[in-house]
Amino acid sequence: MTGSIMFPGAASGPVLVLDRGLSFWGGVDPKTGEILDVRHPQCGKSVAGSILAIAEPIGSSSSSAVLLELIAAGTAPAAIVLGRADAILVVGCLAARELDYDCPPIIVDRLPDWATSGGLVMLDATGPEIKVKQSVAGSTVPVGEDVSKKVAR
Amino acid sequence: MQLTDVERHILAGGHGEAAAIALRIVSETGRLLGADRLIPVASAHVDGCLYLGDTGTRFAEKLVQGGAQVAVPTTLNVGALDLLNPANIRLNDHTRAMVRRHMQAYEAMGCRATWTCAPYQAGHRPKLGEDVAWGESNAVVFCNSVLGARTNRYGDLLDIACAIIGRAPLYGLHRPENREARIVVDVSQLSSRLRSSEAFWPVLGAWLGRTVGEEVAVIEGLQGFANEDRLKALGAAAASYGAVALFHIAGVTPEAPTVDAVLSKDGARATFQVTAEMMASTRDILSTAQSDAIDYVAVGSPHLSYEEAVTIAERLAGRTVRLPFYANTGRHVVQRLEREGRLKPLVDAGIRFIVDTCIVVTPIVPSSGILMTNSGKFACYVPGTTGCDVMFGSTAECVESAVAGRLVRDMDLWT
Repeated sequence: MTGSIMFPGAASGPVLVLDRGLSFWGGVDPKTGEILDVRHPQCGKSVAGSILAIAEPIGSSSSSAVLLELIAAGTAPAAIVLGRADAILVVGCLAARELDYDCPPIIVDRLPDWATSGGLVMLDATGPEIKVKQSVAGSTVPVGEDVSKKVAR
Repeated sequence: MQLTDVERHILAGGHGEAAAIALRIVSETGRLLGADRLIPVASAHVDGCLYLGDTGTRFAEKLVQGGAQVAVPTTLNVGALDLLNPANIRLNDHTRAMVRRHMQAYEAMGCRATWTCAPYQAGHRPKLGEDVAWGESNAVVFCNSVLGARTNRYGDLLDIACAIIGRAPLYGLHRPENREARIVVDVSQLSSRLRSSEAFWPVLGAWLGRTVGEEVAVIEGLQGFANEDRLKALGAAAASYGAVALFHIAGVTPEAPTVDAVLSKDGARATFQVTAEMMASTRDILSTAQSDAIDYVAVGSPHLSYEEAVTIAERLAGRTVRLPFYANTGRHVVQRLEREGRLKPLVDAGIRFIVDTCIVVTPIVPSSGILMTNSGKFACYVPGTTGCDVMFGSTAECVESAVAGRLVRDMDLWT
């Protein structure tokens, strides 16, 4: 698949696609990962453990420090997919790594096909290529393969 | 990423452990964003001094223990305590102690105890064309747009890392070609009355942020209407509702004597004619309250300037407020008001000054009710950070509502 790796790693989890930009500071509870921004379409959902797809990272420059707290609390997204390269969230990972925490991978890809809320995805961004497998009707298939044949079999 | 001999020496620990951590974070961020080298910066403004949890404090104290000292003049953004009036903040003992440790760690690294999100009105004003490393989204957009200095949106933790090594990665808005506008916004069809009103500016900013995301726009039609506090309000809203780090206003901001002077050589990607309807519908997005029964008023995001505080005093004209009225500002403003004998009349009128911090970063206001504000940035963040609903209005409307104890607004302005 296409896309570039900002912070390497591997993760799996349910996909959560954000329909609007989100500022982690002021928009996400730094302890629980719950989305608090009342104007946000996904308000009330939690980013914790998700493969979080954000087309448009916006808002506060404190979002990096919120991600650091989420990583330390175990409530960070399992992985983050950004629609465009952005320096703010990745710094949360770089600082967390200095404190020896495991960090979620961050990749840049403009809303890939597999990014549909509710889907279960395994993301391998250890490099150099990004590999994604998605669970379809109980079986796991690499993204890009003909899903209908796999399911039929 | 090409590092110099000195930078490689820092990376190897030659300037201490903290400098090595700082250089790792700065160079790695730069590599990820496509920078090929680091450049010296003249100053830094650090937002990471805001306590968000114990891990941030551990990170700051690790830097202090590693011998961190800032290499360039560095101001501090708000903390989570009002150091001048600690009783303003409702925090448990553990959190209060951690907040204090967090703030002390940043002071120990040699940062100036400015504790304001408007450092540019507290004497920290980089020169036109100067490269700096600033955090705090409103300070970044003001620094780039109004002062014409050059910074990216340096997130918390990266900001202090840049300050410690006195360098930033060469990418984004440090490069002149990335400062050109790709979007033209024409507001010249709006009424002069609307453009003259101070409530228009945060609304235009919110519209800009929601419309352009992070792209650079040039705005036409504001010559003769702008002043520094209005530009501050526009930028803060644009950076909250979007990720705007730089805007130009033809004939107003220093890099845009005209639209053409700052427009990309490739021309405009999009042009917008802003209408009164667009502004009215954006104004409605700023409010979440379902009723007019306002409970509190809060102003000062970004922190009130001295002039804005004086405007509130003039609007009050000796009257007192019936509703709790939170005026968020920096010690640079409160000290000047006090020196000039203007502080006591405001306090006697019921204005509660919140200093070194603000109502959206630490528990100050009650956790429910309707809060009225003149700030687009407060309107954005108050619901998520305090639990209150918001009602947006101008400074005059905020003061009149606080005095009357009920909502007073002039909706004719927006037609």
